[in-house]
Amino acid sequence: MNKILLIIQREFLNRVQKKSFLLTTILVPLIFPAIMGIMIYIVVKQSEVTNVKTVQVLDDSHKFTFKDSKDFKFKVVTGSLDAAKVAYDSSEDFGLVYIPPFEISDPKGFTLLSHENPTVEQMGSLEGYFEDQVRNMKLQQYKVDQATLDALKTDIDIRQVTKDAATGEEKSSSSGLIYGVGFVLGILIYMFVLIYGIQIMQGVIDEKTSKVVEVIVSSVKPFQLMLGKIIGIASVGLLQFIIWIVLSFGVTSSVLAYFGLKTPQKQMMEQVSKQVDQPDQNSVESKAAQNEGLQKMVFNWSQLPLAKIAAVFVFFFLGGYLLYGSLFAAVGSAVDSIQDAQQFQFPITLPLLIGYMSLFIIVLRDPNSSASFWLSIIPLTSPVAMVGRIASGVPNWELALSMGLLIIGFLFTTWVAGRIYRVGILMTGTKVNYKVLAKWFMTKQ
Amino acid sequence: MEALSVKNVTKRYTNHVALDNVSITIPQKSIYGLLGPNGAGKTTLIRIINQIINRDAGDITLFGEPLNESHVGVIGYLPEERGLYKKLKIGDQLLYLAQLKGMSRAQALEKSKAWLKKFQVTDWWDKKVEDLSKGMAQKVQFISTVMHEPKLIILDEPFSGFDPVNAKLITEEILALRDRGSTIIFSTHRMETVEDLCDDIALINKSKKILEGSKKQVKDQFRSNTFLVEHHGNSFSLDPSRYEIVKQRLIEGDLYGTTLKAQAGIKPNQVIRELIEKTEVSSFQEKLPSMADIFIGLVQGEDEDALRRHLQEV
Repeated sequence: MNKILLIIQREFLNRVQKKSFLLTTILVPLIFPAIMGIMIYIVVKQSEVTNVKTVQVLDDSHKFTFKDSKDFKFKVVTGSLDAAKVAYDSSEDFGLVYIPPFEISDPKGFTLLSHENPTVEQMGSLEGYFEDQVRNMKLQQYKVDQATLDALKTDIDIRQVTKDAATGEEKSSSSGLIYGVGFVLGILIYMFVLIYGIQIMQGVIDEKTSKVVEVIVSSVKPFQLMLGKIIGIASVGLLQFIIWIVLSFGVTSSVLAYFGLKTPQKQMMEQVSKQVDQPDQNSVESKAAQNEGLQKMVFNWSQLPLAKIAAVFVFFFLGGYLLYGSLFAAVGSAVDSIQDAQQFQFPITLPLLIGYMSLFIIVLRDPNSSASFWLSIIPLTSPVAMVGRIASGVPNWELALSMGLLIIGFLFTTWVAGRIYRVGILMTGTKVNYKVLAKWFMTKQ
Repeated sequence: MEALSVKNVTKRYTNHVALDNVSITIPQKSIYGLLGPNGAGKTTLIRIINQIINRDAGDITLFGEPLNESHVGVIGYLPEERGLYKKLKIGDQLLYLAQLKGMSRAQALEKSKAWLKKFQVTDWWDKKVEDLSKGMAQKVQFISTVMHEPKLIILDEPFSGFDPVNAKLITEEILALRDRGSTIIFSTHRMETVEDLCDDIALINKSKKILEGSKKQVKDQFRSNTFLVEHHGNSFSLDPSRYEIVKQRLIEGDLYGTTLKAQAGIKPNQVIRELIEKTEVSSFQEKLPSMADIFIGLVQGEDEDALRRHLQEV
């Protein structure tokens, strides 16, 4: 036992003391906020220096009064179309719009003449401008005023409530939020298992090719070495993961704060304090309306069984890792180089990939279907599938069954892998195929 | 009490028998040569002693106790296929390996520093193995094998990869360890190592032990009372009922070399006395078989008598 601890410690330090660990641990959480920051920056900058284009308008219908829009500045010209065209040619303006006489019910014949091809957005904006104008004309014709128009705007939001058949408890829920939670957690488990599983394999291959392994197994049992390595690397992963969460959260909030945006929690708090401080009912109400969506999200968050989700996530996170980790160790023990590992790696990554794909195709779309049930019960796919379902509420017996099977699953894979590993690590230069692996597995030692 | 006693150990694999009823006895504080061609079963036996693999049958006792897990720290093992963690610093490497053998961290720290000092390489502590030459790495490997002061040290081809200077250094350390009470097993093909260092030997061939004993016993066993004489003038006659002239050749001028075999019971002194009367003797020595000759002869399947005859003629 003491020796396993030594191995765990060594494997942990080997990786944590590397520069690359420091680099990836710090850089990865910076990448997302950095991309976000850059995008926000570009958007903000662009809106600051919006390219307002000057457009000449020859209005033969005499129906319009032109006000500058956010994209265009209008310059009314008069005279014949031909003269206007000639005048436009010598100007630096963006375009010349010709409006022929038209019926309000059938606006036709609008033409834009320009030196360069307008972009899709510019055309959309210009068309939108005229559509708005004509619509307003129509409204006046039908004697509809702006107030009536505003009153016509409708926005219906269905509040989701799930009723637990057993307890009769009703809960507010959000399918979007459930989808999002399942999506993120599922991907995290998939990535963690794959990245760190391959690290185990790499570590085993390194020990085998550097020939240090025979010295080590003269001091410890091969099984202890394998287990120490798997657990040591798992603790590196957990540490990295915790740092990522802390850093991502910190950096994201500071990036948002820099651009004057606020995290949902902060907005909520400010909202409450403003309501208390400010007597100006009107402004509060409008702001409250703006923030209704956010408030609802925060509210739905609080309705999710967060502690349970976190506990289940950690369990399947580690369980899935242990299940696959020992298999990766067995593959590493069987081969002499990372290239040779490919043929054996595939059958291991396949069920993991199936779990990952079905997360999107099946589990997230319909967490309560029987396909989702089976995917989240079978140990090879359950780590990814179960966390994909968990936010939608999984009956406790299913959870218990899945957890139990996962434990049996990883005990089984660890046992199988251990038997291959103990023989494999001492075999160099052998051509290995599945028959050889089976022979190793059967070998008594 | 022996350092190690292996009794009737057998190890079978699916397609072949790696060790067939092998027994060896290794006296304490000796240097024991485990000889045999590639694939004979030496490594299997060593791995069984190191408890890396299990035997199918047979008993092993180490310093009087049946072999068990607590013996891991008693044995120091330098495998033929050896290596260290390439990216790990020498200091961390030595500490780790020693702790796996059961030393405390403090002990390991003290010992590893002392050994690096002894080899005058204290500045290696923070170096990585990948930055060292092969010979330097071998030294570190040797330190890691012996720094927990094992009572039984098993060295599989210890000198491969060493230049003569370092080989001498390591040889001295091995002898010093033996003098301090360690028992050493050499597994090797190098017969000069065996001639120079080993007190006892065992020869394993095709999974079976075919020879065991002290170096002197083994040589005596294949001794045939054959002598090499260099003398001036080619003609001398000896009693053909007691001596057989095996071979005679001209060395240079009138200096001849004669191989002669005396009948059992005739002592070297007596041979010299008789020769002096007959010819001008320039040199005289008993022809003892070399370990290499015995090794090659037995491995090639000669029985003892055939080998003895063969050895006279070489």
